[in-house]
Amino acid sequence: MSLTHSEVVRIAHLARIAITPAEAETMRRELERILAFVGELDKADTTGIEPMAHAIDVVQRLRADEITECDRRDEFLALAPDTEAGLYLVPKVIE
Amino acid sequence: MIAAPLTELSAALAEKRISSVELVTLYLERIEKLNPLLNAFITIDREKALTAAQAADAQRARAKGEVVSPLLGIPFAHKDIFCAKGWRTTCASRMLANFVAPYDAHVVEKMAAAGVVMVGKTNMDEFAMGSSNETSYFGPVKNPWNLDCVPGGSSGGSAAAVAARLVPAASGTDTGGSIRQPAALCGITGLKPTYGVVSRFGMIAFASSLDQGGPMAQSAADCALLLNAMAGFDARDSTSLDRPAEDYRRELDKPLTGLRIGLPKEYFGAGLDARVSATITEALAEFRRLGADLIDVSLPNAGLSVPAYYVIAPAEASSNLARYDGVRYGHRAREYRDLIEMYEKTRAEGFGAEVKRRILIGTYVLSHGYYDAYYLKAQKVRRLIAADFSAAFACCDLIMGPTTPTPAFRFGEKSADPVAMYLSDIYTIAANLAGLPGMSIPCGFVDGLPVGLQIIGPWFAEARMLNAAHQYQLVTDWHRRIPPLTP
Repeated sequence: MSLTHSEVVRIAHLARIAITPAEAETMRRELERILAFVGELDKADTTGIEPMAHAIDVVQRLRADEITECDRRDEFLALAPDTEAGLYLVPKVIE
Repeated sequence: MIAAPLTELSAALAEKRISSVELVTLYLERIEKLNPLLNAFITIDREKALTAAQAADAQRARAKGEVVSPLLGIPFAHKDIFCAKGWRTTCASRMLANFVAPYDAHVVEKMAAAGVVMVGKTNMDEFAMGSSNETSYFGPVKNPWNLDCVPGGSSGGSAAAVAARLVPAASGTDTGGSIRQPAALCGITGLKPTYGVVSRFGMIAFASSLDQGGPMAQSAADCALLLNAMAGFDARDSTSLDRPAEDYRRELDKPLTGLRIGLPKEYFGAGLDARVSATITEALAEFRRLGADLIDVSLPNAGLSVPAYYVIAPAEASSNLARYDGVRYGHRAREYRDLIEMYEKTRAEGFGAEVKRRILIGTYVLSHGYYDAYYLKAQKVRRLIAADFSAAFACCDLIMGPTTPTPAFRFGEKSADPVAMYLSDIYTIAANLAGLPGMSIPCGFVDGLPVGLQIIGPWFAEARMLNAAHQYQLVTDWHRRIPPLTP
């Protein structure tokens, strides 16, 4: 399994993690090693095997469509790095 | 008093030989003396603890001799992955270094309702990603048996704290071995219940199809007592199992005559330290003396559990950790030009190296063109691994083997090679993939470091596992050994 520098940069961007060229190179070597290791999965014959998403097959529970939470807007906003007028503040997205 | 297991502390409180305030004070003094050596706690709150202890004493006085919870007034610590209202809850990450949880995890709620007195939050690997506690933003926890060695991870703080008797018991979480591996390396008893038995609500998510909380304590009897309080249905966790409450102590005293213990040959092969192997063999001989039958079984796909895990867990982690965006809570970078740069810098600063590695692996295996080759393939292998256990449990009641291939390793020994670190969970990961309950109990020492015996059961076999462990602990004293520590 070989991974290129630009692939690592692309993945980091998809994951929204800034990465320096030096970090990308270290990460490239480590990811290559990990992907080679998980490549052992190819040895398993999985013909006709159903993928298993959860250990215990449970059916999604449904509940009545009613309000179960109380209004804690101020408490939650107090946790945010930046707020104004009861809203979360982020850099301008639309010009 | 410090050396006493939970069951004895509970009796001392019930018989009014000691008050909760006195007991909590004793442990707080020990924490203040020894935690600087061990770094087992991220947060300690003396004031909150003593207030809760006073309330516990008052509740006992009001009960006027009526039966109260056996855990009322017992000092306790939660792994810092559990949200506790009004407590800083960091998950050992810079991302959440100043996050004060606005609500309680179900586990925290349940334990508080049972009357435990929370004294602090324990250190761990960042976002529970690690097997040595070296990834904590707050520095590594030291192994109380040898300060140059790791305590294991990710629940290393809880394991070290219980081993050094800084608290009589603590909570942990286990995604690939994070309760059992540190329990083994620190010489305590830890239990990962069947997936879905303990609610994940308020437990900061790592890999949601694998994460499971559980007790870490000095003995199987203590773990049974704790699991009684911790387990239970919770509608706020979509995979919480709605089933009748169990008394996990109900089988503790049952003799082990006729118990069929399966020994998977894959757990005793190459890679297992010869001295650990000999220690496990001796423990198994003890089980035979207790009346159990030892049966050879096979888990043919066991070798694929670590590779399958390192696709599935990072994939789920990359989705779960997408929530840390610097908008609603947690760290935000100081300078940025636009929204994308704010996200990228926030996450680059907030996450440590191992967390980034796993997010990137997860992003890669889920990305266009690779999904089938990695994620879907790993999920199919996961079913093969689960099927191996079903086949094995057709001819045995419990499976036993080593918890870890070696005793505690030294700091730095495996941190340069992520794969070497991942392989330290080689015997524990399969139980998570299959959703099975697993525990580790102390069964001897190699070079002064504890060795853990792993017990894996079929779904919902916790009471049977605790029974086997308890009977073993009645005839051995490994679980009563305390590391010699001086400040």
